[in-house]
Amino acid sequence: MAGAAVPGRLGGRLRWHAAELLERRAESATAATLVFAVPGWPGHLAGQHVDVRLTAEDGYSTQRSYSIASASGGERVELTVQLVADGEVSPYLTDDMMPGDRVEFRGPVGGWFVWRPERPEPVLLVAGGSGIVPLMSMIRTRREAGSRVPFRLVYSVRSPDDRLYARELGRESPGLDVTHVYTRRAPDGRGRPPGRLTPDDLVRHGWPADFEPDCFVCGPTGFVEKAAAYLVLLGHASGKVRTERFGPSGG
Amino acid sequence: MAIPDDQRDDFTDGNAIAGPLAEIFAVDVTAAGSRCAHCGRTGPVAELRVYGRAPGFVARCPGCDHVVLRLVRSRDAVWLDMRGTVSLSIPVD
Amino acid sequence: MPIISRGFRGRRPAGDHELPPGQYETFDFPVLSAGPTPHVPLDEWEFTISTESGAEHRWTWADLKALPAETPTVDLHCVTKWSKFETEWQGVSLDVLFEDVESAADFTLVHSYGGYTTNIPLEDLTDGKAWIAYGYDGEPLPPEHGGPARLLVPHLYFWKSAKWVRGIRLQADDEPGFWESAGYHDYGDPWREQRYQGD
Repeated sequence: MAGAAVPGRLGGRLRWHAAELLERRAESATAATLVFAVPGWPGHLAGQHVDVRLTAEDGYSTQRSYSIASASGGERVELTVQLVADGEVSPYLTDDMMPGDRVEFRGPVGGWFVWRPERPEPVLLVAGGSGIVPLMSMIRTRREAGSRVPFRLVYSVRSPDDRLYARELGRESPGLDVTHVYTRRAPDGRGRPPGRLTPDDLVRHGWPADFEPDCFVCGPTGFVEKAAAYLVLLGHASGKVRTERFGPSGG
Repeated sequence: MAIPDDQRDDFTDGNAIAGPLAEIFAVDVTAAGSRCAHCGRTGPVAELRVYGRAPGFVARCPGCDHVVLRLVRSRDAVWLDMRGTVSLSIPVD
Repeated sequence: MPIISRGFRGRRPAGDHELPPGQYETFDFPVLSAGPTPHVPLDEWEFTISTESGAEHRWTWADLKALPAETPTVDLHCVTKWSKFETEWQGVSLDVLFEDVESAADFTLVHSYGGYTTNIPLEDLTDGKAWIAYGYDGEPLPPEHGGPARLLVPHLYFWKSAKWVRGIRLQADDEPGFWESAGYHDYGDPWREQRYQGD
């Protein structure tokens, strides 16, 4: 795939930018999308993330990385944050932070797990839980660009209540096929019984390997390890499968 | 690629060090190919198994688990120990 | 000058312990790791002290558990800025293990299952300053915190308290270990804030 050069002045990428919360809206019972205004934001590619720094009044600071959920759009950057039980940072972002409060962003970072609209290949997106976030940036970027590249999304979640972006993904979108795979509880009636992602799910709802799609897999580490291995087992070249692991909790 | 077992999931990957690496490299290094000095396996930095958080990251080979990169972000320096990699191949447009 | 995030406190109480410079108190026990957790069956576990002359002193798990144990209560200071006060441990003092070891060496290189190493001057491991710890908070030390046994040297930054300890090599020269050769300080005194090389 394409090289590592990511557009933008070096200074813009390395500096910590003030990011002010404009609004926050619930995506599920435990996840929220935060809309930030980031003056001087250099723009970003679909799939990139930001390092977020929070500093308390006594000088204590800590950092976390979050994938950007929005397509590039001026100084507006959206993150979707999953509340992690006992988390140090996520409760502040999903609950305590108020419009007008600020954190700091460094980035955008990441040149590997990126989809560029210039690429003609069909795209297979495989998401586990909150792994949908950077893939949503790809879906939105595709829409903004008016791209006709065929996209298929296989999105694994525990139950319908855990879906992020449910309404947006439920809308008809030409060239985008969305399949939810439920691991604990599925909607009543017909359909796949609940259970973890299997190679068969990827055969039914993904692209055949000989279409040579660009594959992007994101979610908790255990999910990504399995899903990526299944894709290679099904014949996708390992160089065509790009992954981003969120760690054990996926949060 | 063998199907991995369920136990080992306490790592992220090279995407997690994209930020600190961007402080010292002018181009994105997560897309660079690295060759493990221990087993010779090649692959992108983004696919290395990364343990730890600031100030010390350890990036290990997904094949043999040997340390490929170590990165420490101290107060005023980024220490990058690369003795675990034979070479980095950095794509430039 | 970083921007302050209004209302952010992190996971910290307002404590009244004396903190080394740059540290913050925590009540939890973060797990920081440089690699996969090694799993060492107790019937294969060994601890070895080797000297500069090549002499080796070896203990099996049964040997270790048969030695007189102590229950030190100590404060922990991690280089990632968290400090945890009055933690309770169970283990064998290194004074007991060094008792019959003959050596003129000044330095040690501590090594662990999984490949981790760290360097500590010998005098910082003696005189009641260090233990091989196999119990934490009244329970056997869990693997993610270094079990079955780890080194405990609380007067230095906690990266020196090597998890999954396997042995100590006595040597004439100071040889930087895993983190010390990647930018961390060779000695690591939290009260002088010796986090990184050159501090």
